[in-house]
Amino acid sequence: MELAVAVIITIVTAATPLLIAATGELVVERSGVLNLGVEGMMVIGAVVAFAIAHGTGSPYMGIIGGIAAGVFLSLLFGFLTLTLATNQVATGLALTLLGLGLSGAIGEPYVGLPGTKLQPIEIPLLADIPFFGPVFFKQDIIVYVSFALVAGVAWFLFRTRSGLTLRSVGDSQTSAHTLGIPVIRIRYLAVMFGGACAGLAGAQLSLAYTPQWVENMTAGRGWIALALVVFASWRPLRVIAGAYLFGAVTIGQLHAQALGFGIPSQLLSSLPYLATIAVLVIISRDRRLTLVNTPASLGKPFVPDR
Amino acid sequence: MRLELEKRSEHSTFYSIASPFIAIGLTLVFGAILFAVIGEDPAEALYIYFVSPLTSTWSLHELAVKSAPLILIGAGLSLCFLSSNWNIGAEGQFVMGAVVGSMMPIVFPDVQNSLVLPLMIIMGMAGGAAYAFIPAFLKTRFGTNEILTSLMLVYVAQLFLDWLVRGPWRNPEGFNFPESRAFHEYAILPEVLESGRAHYGAVFAILAVLGLAILLSKTLKGFEIQVTGQAPRAGRFGGFSTAKMTFFAFLLSGALAGLAGVSEVSGAVQQLRPVVSPGYGFTAIIVAFLGRLNPIGVLFAGILLGISYLGGEEAQIVLGLSDKITRVFQGMLLFFVLACDTLILYRIRLVSKRAPSLAMGEN
Repeated sequence: MELAVAVIITIVTAATPLLIAATGELVVERSGVLNLGVEGMMVIGAVVAFAIAHGTGSPYMGIIGGIAAGVFLSLLFGFLTLTLATNQVATGLALTLLGLGLSGAIGEPYVGLPGTKLQPIEIPLLADIPFFGPVFFKQDIIVYVSFALVAGVAWFLFRTRSGLTLRSVGDSQTSAHTLGIPVIRIRYLAVMFGGACAGLAGAQLSLAYTPQWVENMTAGRGWIALALVVFASWRPLRVIAGAYLFGAVTIGQLHAQALGFGIPSQLLSSLPYLATIAVLVIISRDRRLTLVNTPASLGKPFVPDR
Repeated sequence: MRLELEKRSEHSTFYSIASPFIAIGLTLVFGAILFAVIGEDPAEALYIYFVSPLTSTWSLHELAVKSAPLILIGAGLSLCFLSSNWNIGAEGQFVMGAVVGSMMPIVFPDVQNSLVLPLMIIMGMAGGAAYAFIPAFLKTRFGTNEILTSLMLVYVAQLFLDWLVRGPWRNPEGFNFPESRAFHEYAILPEVLESGRAHYGAVFAILAVLGLAILLSKTLKGFEIQVTGQAPRAGRFGGFSTAKMTFFAFLLSGALAGLAGVSEVSGAVQQLRPVVSPGYGFTAIIVAFLGRLNPIGVLFAGILLGISYLGGEEAQIVLGLSDKITRVFQGMLLFFVLACDTLILYRIRLVSKRAPSLAMGEN
């Protein structure tokens, strides 16, 4: 029991950055914008959060810095794709390449330095529940934020007028524009929200998951988050299932590496990536399902007629 | 004040040629600012980055070694991107080309004759193409997003190579270093000139550029690529199959990435190591866009990005700057390229709240 709880706690920690980044990207894609730069924003969030936490001694300042850095990069992406109507796929790739390069340069002096670990906060009473207490209510603040984030996004998208507006922009940009909805402004807000989430997810990696800075420490998690959005067929609550599934795969392969079993560690390390491919194939096999759920304007640049 | 786009009635010929140069200019300006901020003399730093690699015979050879893989991969990718097939896993196809191409000298080191090298090159191309087949198959058969699958396969290929050189392919006489045995003389891609290290990879790159330029401008296939990419519906009415095009684009770009991979290990490295590429497959994406998805453009773009790699190494030695700055430059360049490409299709206007004013890019 003790061991099971310990393992499941690490699964929650491993799933949290995926959950946060995927939820952010889900909102972006619901508004009709495909931002492939999640990996870049995440890795910048990680390095800036680490640097600020190291400088100030406060992981909470680090979190704020990580979020700000993610938003800053997302604005670059927004300026190109929304104001200048550039190709979203290419610009997202550019954002990832720039983010990886920039984070390497910013992070160089921080390699090998001890990090400032984000401490867990116990929620009174709830933390005493057997099993669920330690797993869900003795976690750090980012885990709690991730729960609130998914619930908030699910409520916002499907229970509020603004959420409906955002979805309409993603489903038919020209109709929304004709109705007088400010398409570009809404997309800017969505892209910035996605940037904030990716930055926060990065901060979780360098402050909570492994409190240190290692170059390219996101290791493809931003891309896995993108895959999770497809897996969840653009529904927030399904992202939870996907993120925790991947958290479990990640932690499972780490334990398998520790135990040995004679399986090459590299094969085990590649499992999350292979699982992503497998999941994408399974989901995309049902073309009707994908077609119904994909925001119809996803990835199409929008230039209003004047 | 805000920016507004106004669609041009037709593509601007001026900007379709000028936009990469404007982008390079902007990158240099921002680079100068960046250097000033970190306390280096901008003029000296830019000289070291972009001019000094061209000043000695040695560095020109190094430039050929670095640019050849970028051009080979970038040329293939531009064909992919033209036909709207988003292969971003060239890094993985490069690695698999290197791995499969190295089988002869590593697994059969006793086979030493002049057939080994041609066989290695064919196997390297086949390895890269086979690896690119996976995302193409998943896309055409199941409609799976090729961006994500091709990228995930990069990580898998890197881990596979890592396993090989630490496990079954580790040099038995190598004191447990994670590297394969050194290639024998028949497995080494020869140098082109006596004066330096530049190997036949550079020749392959030029041949690939010429071949693809002819394919795109002079053949029906080239027309088909452009139509499928720009107007897939029109392409289908014309009897072009998008599925076949996906396979064609992926297999060709995979084969070129594989060729780059095997050329790199047999020409420059001459053995397998846990890491065989400083991100060539990703930098080649920048090369493809900077070259405006045109093979001849890719040739020049590949040389420029090759210069930035060499300049980065030089700056590390002379100024003690981090080699990571190179990646920042490269990322910035792609951003500016994409931004400047907007000028081809649109005029950019600065609009004040009251009345339209000041139009930029009047050509």
